[in-house]
Amino acid sequence: MAYLWRKLGFYAVALWAALTINFFIPRLIRGNPVDIILSRFQTRQPPPPEFRRTLEIMFGVSDDPLWIQYLAYLRHLATGDLGTSVLYYPAPVTTVIGQAMPWTLGLVSISLLITMGLGVGLGMVAGWRRGSWLDSLIPSTTFLAAIPYFWLALLLLFLLGGGLGWFPLNGAYDYAHVRMGFTGDFIGSVLYHGVLPALTLVISGVAGWLLGMRNMMVSTMAEDYVVMARAKGLRPRRVMIAYAARNAVLPSVTGFAITLGFFVGGQVATEVVFSYPGVGFALLQAVGSADYPLMQGLFLMISAAVLAANLLVDLLYGLIDPRVRKAG
Amino acid sequence: MTVVVSLAAPRDRLLGLPRSGKLVTGLVIVGFFALFAVIGPVLVGDPEALVAGRLESPSAQLWLGSTDTGQSVLAQLLHATRGSMLIGLVAGVLATAASLIVGVVGGYVGGWLDEAFSLLSNVTLVIPTLPLLIVVADYVEDSGPVTYALIISLISWAGPSRVIRSQVMSLRNRDYVDAARVSGEPGWRIMIFHILPNLTPVIASGFVWAVIGAILTESGLSALGLGGGSVTSWGGMLYFAQNGSALSLGAWWWFVPPGLCIAALGTGLSLINFSIDELMNPRLRKAAA
Repeated sequence: MAYLWRKLGFYAVALWAALTINFFIPRLIRGNPVDIILSRFQTRQPPPPEFRRTLEIMFGVSDDPLWIQYLAYLRHLATGDLGTSVLYYPAPVTTVIGQAMPWTLGLVSISLLITMGLGVGLGMVAGWRRGSWLDSLIPSTTFLAAIPYFWLALLLLFLLGGGLGWFPLNGAYDYAHVRMGFTGDFIGSVLYHGVLPALTLVISGVAGWLLGMRNMMVSTMAEDYVVMARAKGLRPRRVMIAYAARNAVLPSVTGFAITLGFFVGGQVATEVVFSYPGVGFALLQAVGSADYPLMQGLFLMISAAVLAANLLVDLLYGLIDPRVRKAG
Repeated sequence: MTVVVSLAAPRDRLLGLPRSGKLVTGLVIVGFFALFAVIGPVLVGDPEALVAGRLESPSAQLWLGSTDTGQSVLAQLLHATRGSMLIGLVAGVLATAASLIVGVVGGYVGGWLDEAFSLLSNVTLVIPTLPLLIVVADYVEDSGPVTYALIISLISWAGPSRVIRSQVMSLRNRDYVDAARVSGEPGWRIMIFHILPNLTPVIASGFVWAVIGAILTESGLSALGLGGGSVTSWGGMLYFAQNGSALSLGAWWWFVPPGLCIAALGTGLSLINFSIDELMNPRLRKAAA
């Protein structure tokens, strides 16, 4: 129980840090967002004075001391009020995010599961057969890990999507011919449109898991309990999976936070390239059109989602490795 | 984990690392890019100069063809090499310095300071980097390469500092450190002269990761159009190539090289890191070696 509370406490602090960063960035770095928006509007037509007042109310720009603004900001968040989007005016930010989030969650979770499965599986075999042909391929996978997401996504898009015409070029499903709903057509279309974005994320992400697993596998195989299991004459397959791999996978789970961070970054680039209607695509659009409420709301929700995923993994870790619970 | 110092003959070593095909390949790749970053821009002249027709394919005069405005892709690539490597280097140095201070001081002193530093680095680690950078980059007006390096290093020190801290904690209670403490050496002296030298592989590996991370992050930001609109990095080139529809017009010579450079440099740096890992954990070496 102590483990659970400590973890919950830590993520509460992390969430508070994200909220606070989100509060301070626009206030510390450059004037107030209202001026920025107005300066971008000026090219079209001079805005009426009421417009400025409206924006100020919307952004909470005021001469109040910072701590009063901060409290007001927290109060708004607590009531689930993230403001109104400029780009999708008059839709509230929460609605825009609510529409984008499921696409991102779906894409990230499926490609992350494939990446982990593939990386851990191949890394296990490569470590088990150290020096084999599979193991000698490992250094070359660093090339995959170093490819920029943006570049890989565009290359796949043009080779497999444009050149060969195997996959659709953009979107999350066939907007023209398929209606959203629980039908076979819709699900098929979503999967078909998801192949290239998922492939981008898997290709770039798999090397890290592969390498981490391989190295831990090599270290674990010299442990006494693995030698013992072998000496007992257990089947090699059983020694590999139930004895060596089971322990070797633990550090990869601990490193989940770092991996997820990279993955989310890649997700943004991938969504932009494929015009995939998730939060990354929305974030870039918000930046492009100076939609500050949407931008900050998105950062907040992405942070919250990443923190929640990490918390989940930490709790799972407590289940698979009883030692951390005892260490409490 | 202990650092094993091998007693191999000097000729088996390169920069103090066990000589291997991976290490030599990595050093050659990184050296190649470093050389071009230093002398390349001098050789090719102004990257903005219009030297050819629109989207000319590679030829004997124009090795990598031209962009949609008739600028030399090769000239841009060499200037971008300097820009990207500079960002990687500056961010790498800053992040490593920060991770060292936090990791060594926290790990050695312990107590509430260590608790606070650990909390800070763990929180930094779980907050998603790229979305934060996108938001920050949009607010920052001066978007020169050094500003970028600074912002990136603000976020990338956390991972290495955790590794350094755990290493320091295992060194802290060694006999020779106790001996130094008993003989009355001040804390800062113990940290710098007794603990720091034993951290070299960990620091080197953290530095290399920080450089790779910074180059990839910067290229990601710039490619998305948040780099302040100049071609001073590989990511910036990708952005302009994408905006000029390089791929759909078949101008692969404009789009492919910057991405390949990023991937190749990243590979070279990772290969060097392989060797550092193998120094720290000899089991990782191939059975034959």
